[in-house]
Amino acid sequence: MKKKKDGRWAIQSLAALATNSHLIGFFGEKINIYKGSLKSACVPGLNCYSCPGAVLSCPIGALQAVIGSRSFNLSLYVFGFMLVVGATLGRMVCGFLCPFGLIQELLHKIPFPKKWKAFRGDWPLRKLKYVLLAVFVIALPLLLVNPAGESSPYFCKLVCPAGALEGAVPLVVFPPTAAGAATLPGGLTLDLPGGAPKVELIDPGSATRYETGTLFYWKISLMLFVVLVSVVIYRPFCKYLCPLGAVYGALNPVALYRLRFSEDTCIRCGACARACGMALDPTRQLNHPECVRCGDCVNACPVDALSMGFGNGKKGEALSAPQGGRQP
Amino acid sequence: MKHAATTRVLILVAAAAFVVIGVMRGEVGEVLKKSIRVCLECIGIG
Repeated sequence: MKKKKDGRWAIQSLAALATNSHLIGFFGEKINIYKGSLKSACVPGLNCYSCPGAVLSCPIGALQAVIGSRSFNLSLYVFGFMLVVGATLGRMVCGFLCPFGLIQELLHKIPFPKKWKAFRGDWPLRKLKYVLLAVFVIALPLLLVNPAGESSPYFCKLVCPAGALEGAVPLVVFPPTAAGAATLPGGLTLDLPGGAPKVELIDPGSATRYETGTLFYWKISLMLFVVLVSVVIYRPFCKYLCPLGAVYGALNPVALYRLRFSEDTCIRCGACARACGMALDPTRQLNHPECVRCGDCVNACPVDALSMGFGNGKKGEALSAPQGGRQP
Repeated sequence: MKHAATTRVLILVAAAAFVVIGVMRGEVGEVLKKSIRVCLECIGIG
């Protein structure tokens, strides 16, 4: 059966472009990230605000920035924003609006002899993103503070491969200047002595020197690991690591944008379960926290028993499968 | 389903209140202050 088209690729591409529309940041001769007031607002998906093109803030980065600041211990602004988005769209953000989700999907298009849809330990490993949310995004920035009362964004610092790919790769691995020095916002100078592999950031005000070391290579290694695994496994970062997906996933069962299932229409062919990259059976696990609302199940259904949209749809199309559901 | 709709409305009301309170106590400025500088931790050198 021919797969139905839904225009999702176009929406994902437009969302990624809109999120990173400060194009001069990529192509200018100097490091020049966007510094306008738009950055006080968050983007719904995961997109590093140190990406040269980013015009909005990453909600996970912003949450840690406020929690780790001297003035606040929690961020009602960012948490409230995530709740509004999660209760309205759920993980539809992951399927349609997240630039890093698009990158993983493109990587998964690369042909490979054996793609892994599920494996032993797959479902327990999916709980890891909730642990990362609780520990690295909330607890560590809240508790591990320096004498000045500030802390690091520990998820961004130690885990986030999106930051490494969208921030470190364009700024440090392939900086805008081929050699010499460039000035970063805040007076930092990026020093590239003769194209040497070691990159140093020098703060002329405090004479503080930053250089690529263990942390940098850890982040680049983790990013490369996620990139390579994305070829074999569908959206591994979304499944196992993304704290934003954890928040939106928890709200998926009640989100306004939802998957609908007509049990009377269903012929139980199993096409939807086979099409699901997240290894769900939509007829039993409708609006499950792991569903990224990509719509592949809707497109695969030969009798249109599944649909997707805001609310419950027309009468008679009401939900008839269990909400959320258990893992297989 | 009615339960989900009620929960959703409660979450949205609470979330809207969180956003308003967060804006009023100046969290927006904190987000902006951090996001307009290159995050050294994010790029692995901080």
